[in-house]
Amino acid sequence: MNFLNGITLLLIYQLAGEISVLLLRIPVPGPVLGMIMLFITLVWRGRSSTSLDSASTALLSHLSLLFVPAGVGMMVHFDRIINEWLPISIALILSTVITMAATAAIMLASRRLLTKKVQKDD
Amino acid sequence: MIERDLAAIWVYLSTTPLLGLTITLVTYSLAHQLYIYANSNPLLNPVLTSMVALIILLVFTGTSYETYFEGGQFVHFLLGPATVALAIPLYQQCSKLRKLFLPVAITVISGALIGAFSSIGIAWFLGASLQTQLSLAPKSVTAPVAMGISEKIGGLPSLTAVLVVLTGIIGAVIGSKLFELMRIKDDSVKGIAMGISAHGIGTARAFQVSSEMGAFSALAMALSAFATAVILPWLLNFLGMLN
Repeated sequence: MNFLNGITLLLIYQLAGEISVLLLRIPVPGPVLGMIMLFITLVWRGRSSTSLDSASTALLSHLSLLFVPAGVGMMVHFDRIINEWLPISIALILSTVITMAATAAIMLASRRLLTKKVQKDD
Repeated sequence: MIERDLAAIWVYLSTTPLLGLTITLVTYSLAHQLYIYANSNPLLNPVLTSMVALIILLVFTGTSYETYFEGGQFVHFLLGPATVALAIPLYQQCSKLRKLFLPVAITVISGALIGAFSSIGIAWFLGASLQTQLSLAPKSVTAPVAMGISEKIGGLPSLTAVLVVLTGIIGAVIGSKLFELMRIKDDSVKGIAMGISAHGIGTARAFQVSSEMGAFSALAMALSAFATAVILPWLLNFLGMLN
């Protein structure tokens, strides 16, 4: 019953997100707004529930599986991917390396900068 | 005789969602076992191996993607509630996030911009079409959000979905090696970088390293999905890249 209640709640928030996006014409995907609304609710309530925890653990522990059907969609785009394989593959690999290295460096630098500041304040 | 019966059974089954759904789950659990058996070798990432195996199976049996997706959509659908469910790890890391709020915010926003514009720039430089560039732009963001962004900015959502999956696989494969080269040992930093650049597939990989890295990766992935969804369509519009 726990899992069922949890997944129902997640679907309700997703639905609320989708409806708000349509009504307010915000350029954000519905599930993201649903996530933000659920996050705000949790902060406001000050605690999560066992049913939500069990549903989210179940969904998030098999997150990779959920990408498989979309990934198989590659077969539909074979032509484009073959035609533009060089820019696509180089852009994917290079941009992922750049993003990962840059974000790690920015995170390290900004954290160091901020903790130094705190120490100076003390 | 038996062959004809089998063909008839295949024709019947391929019109129901049952087959697509079952082969997705069976293939994935086999791929996952292979991955565990190979000591979590990142090149045998279960998303990659099951994708390849399923495509080969579909091409060999002459089954169209649409037919497969009749069943695959049930798995695909769960990406929506899974996105909403990210609020829970986000909430659990709330106290850590509060301490690191400013560095994380700076990193997420710059990461969202670097991810989008480096891929657009490289693809443009190497002569990719505008539609491919726009489909590449949200590649570091989790699939359901990336598809939404792609649709908004004039890319092809289904192509974006594939590029997102490939990006996640690349991130999961190179991540540990890259952090080793950069001599980064802090799991929170590794998690943030992983979540921003390789979304859910990277997060799944991060959880295997440590729960702290996983939680930070999930946090970064959720924040960067939000940041990219808000900033990118607006910014591309502002730069006059959209018609």
